[in-house]
Amino acid sequence: MNANKLKVAIIGSGNIGTDLLIKTLRSTFLECALFIGRNLGSPGMTKAGSLGVRTSDLGIEAILRDPGCWDLVFDATSARDHRYHWSLLENLKKIVIDMTPARVGEMCIPAINLDTCRQSKNVNMVTCGGQASIPLAHLIGKVHEEVEYIEVVSSIASRSAGPATRISIDEYVETTEEGIKLFSGCARSKAILILNPAQPCINMQTTVFAKVKDPDVDKLRSLIGETVKRIQIYVPGYQLLVPPTLENNRIVIMVKVEGLGDYLPRYAGNLDIINCAAIAIAEQYAKEHLTQLHAETRLK
Amino acid sequence: MPNILISDPTLRDGNHAVRHQLNKSQIAGYAKAADAAGIPIVEVGHGNGLGASSLQVGEGLLDDRTILKVARENLTHSKLGLHVMPGFATINKDIKAAIEIGVDVFRVASHCTEADITQRHIGYIREKGREVYGVLMMSHMASKEILAEEAMKMESYGAEGIVIMDSAGAYLPDDVTERIAHLVSALTIPIGFHAHNNLGMAIANSIAAARAGTSILDGTARGFGAGAGNTQLEVLVAVLEKMGFSTGIDLYKILDAAEVAEKELMKTIPSIKSISVVSGLAGVFSGFAKHVERIAGEYGVDPRDVFFELGRRKVVAGQEDLIIEVAMELAASGKRRS
Repeated sequence: MNANKLKVAIIGSGNIGTDLLIKTLRSTFLECALFIGRNLGSPGMTKAGSLGVRTSDLGIEAILRDPGCWDLVFDATSARDHRYHWSLLENLKKIVIDMTPARVGEMCIPAINLDTCRQSKNVNMVTCGGQASIPLAHLIGKVHEEVEYIEVVSSIASRSAGPATRISIDEYVETTEEGIKLFSGCARSKAILILNPAQPCINMQTTVFAKVKDPDVDKLRSLIGETVKRIQIYVPGYQLLVPPTLENNRIVIMVKVEGLGDYLPRYAGNLDIINCAAIAIAEQYAKEHLTQLHAETRLK
Repeated sequence: MPNILISDPTLRDGNHAVRHQLNKSQIAGYAKAADAAGIPIVEVGHGNGLGASSLQVGEGLLDDRTILKVARENLTHSKLGLHVMPGFATINKDIKAAIEIGVDVFRVASHCTEADITQRHIGYIREKGREVYGVLMMSHMASKEILAEEAMKMESYGAEGIVIMDSAGAYLPDDVTERIAHLVSALTIPIGFHAHNNLGMAIANSIAAARAGTSILDGTARGFGAGAGNTQLEVLVAVLEKMGFSTGIDLYKILDAAEVAEKELMKTIPSIKSISVVSGLAGVFSGFAKHVERIAGEYGVDPRDVFFELGRRKVVAGQEDLIIEVAMELAASGKRRS
């Protein structure tokens, strides 16, 4: 164990959990103390074993039994499971980063509210579509006084959506809609998710539509570059595809997200954007936590 | 005589043809006529179904609840049907209310390879005691083996029948025979078929499906539906009866209902426009037609090029936002309307 790294546990050995593991192992601030699934033979567990990471198939029990081995947990199960997990984890007073659309904790979009989220013990990473679209919705809200409606449509490759994502599709829609409203101040919102099975797999693509009073496309165009750059700091594959455009009385902005190709290939930008965002907030915690720990050590 | 259950989405698929602008009196008028004709299931709603009114696929004139209530009030014998696509509609926001209003038959749809996103919705509706079918859209994009696998998933979730949609109007009769025959032999629940007429094959394809053992067919009055339209219902009923299938529908009254539809619902009777032929060949969702026409015009590009490019990208229903990107790309590459 490395004293200069924050110890994390990952629960959920599907696409999201396994990709998070690879990103955690690469981080200068994080290390994975425990990787938890339900089936030691699953592809994610096998991958973790091959990387020399300690694994367990006991689900939430594993981290409850050994609370000393971790400081932060990523919950990459499903919305339904997370609600149950949180009821058990809440009293431990550790940090929980919720990768599911369960909407228990404070919603975190690193490009917007990284600083305030650090105060929270349960941070919700919204959804992949939320991570891709909310910074743009936020910008639309900043530029316009009255935002009547924002709609976000994400298309992702079928191969990148595992069983937990599919079973949580209603929560995906409702959580994304809530995030859009919260961060943009719009009166109404709608989220749509499309799975496309085309081979070769399509990249994740997200479109933001908005209906506003007195649309100011020029101002949006002048500010969009800065917003995109702020996201690219933690999601390098985030690209603007169609700059703010007025079409049929609606504002349209389109982005594409290419992944880093860690666990799934590069088309799975949806996996990457939510995981990169989660790593960004976890590293923020790590930096603070480790400073604190060092200060305590010096006092001793 | 073998029986074919007719489901009539005139007031749902037809909504595509009028940019989802059907009003209350139109819905009431046609629902009444369809009910009088003895059509077993009358499906209503936004063209893309429950919860689909949006900038992406078009905003509806009426909200879902209003449409459902008006239809409910005007149907006594026919069952009230509804098309539901997870990813657009959710149980909490949409399905609960639809059950309360009194929808009898839910058809829960996904792209033909993505049946598992319908699991919770089919399960929930079944639990609430309503009739529920699974729908596999854009079925030309999958092999018969994949379709059977996906249909079996829906059956395991609780679907009481599976409807295969030729959403792009891309099939020829042999394609239909092959797929329907395979599904009928692989599954124990009823198999249905929903056609579009882009290549002029809607009636022929529906007949091929009936011969291959389908027990549910969709058709709309005068073919009122997305793109080139659907199977023309009054013709389908007449042809089925002539072939010896029974539908339980009164011929004179379905012919009357079609007159009502022509007079009350549509500005123009659906026909196979040049653009629809291309859309069928490219295998692109019929609901794209109106958007492609508008956007191609705005960017000065050939809508046929747009359709073929969308087909090359294998877009599915609900990816209408890509039309803008494709049109911009074509315009930028200097490929103007010829």
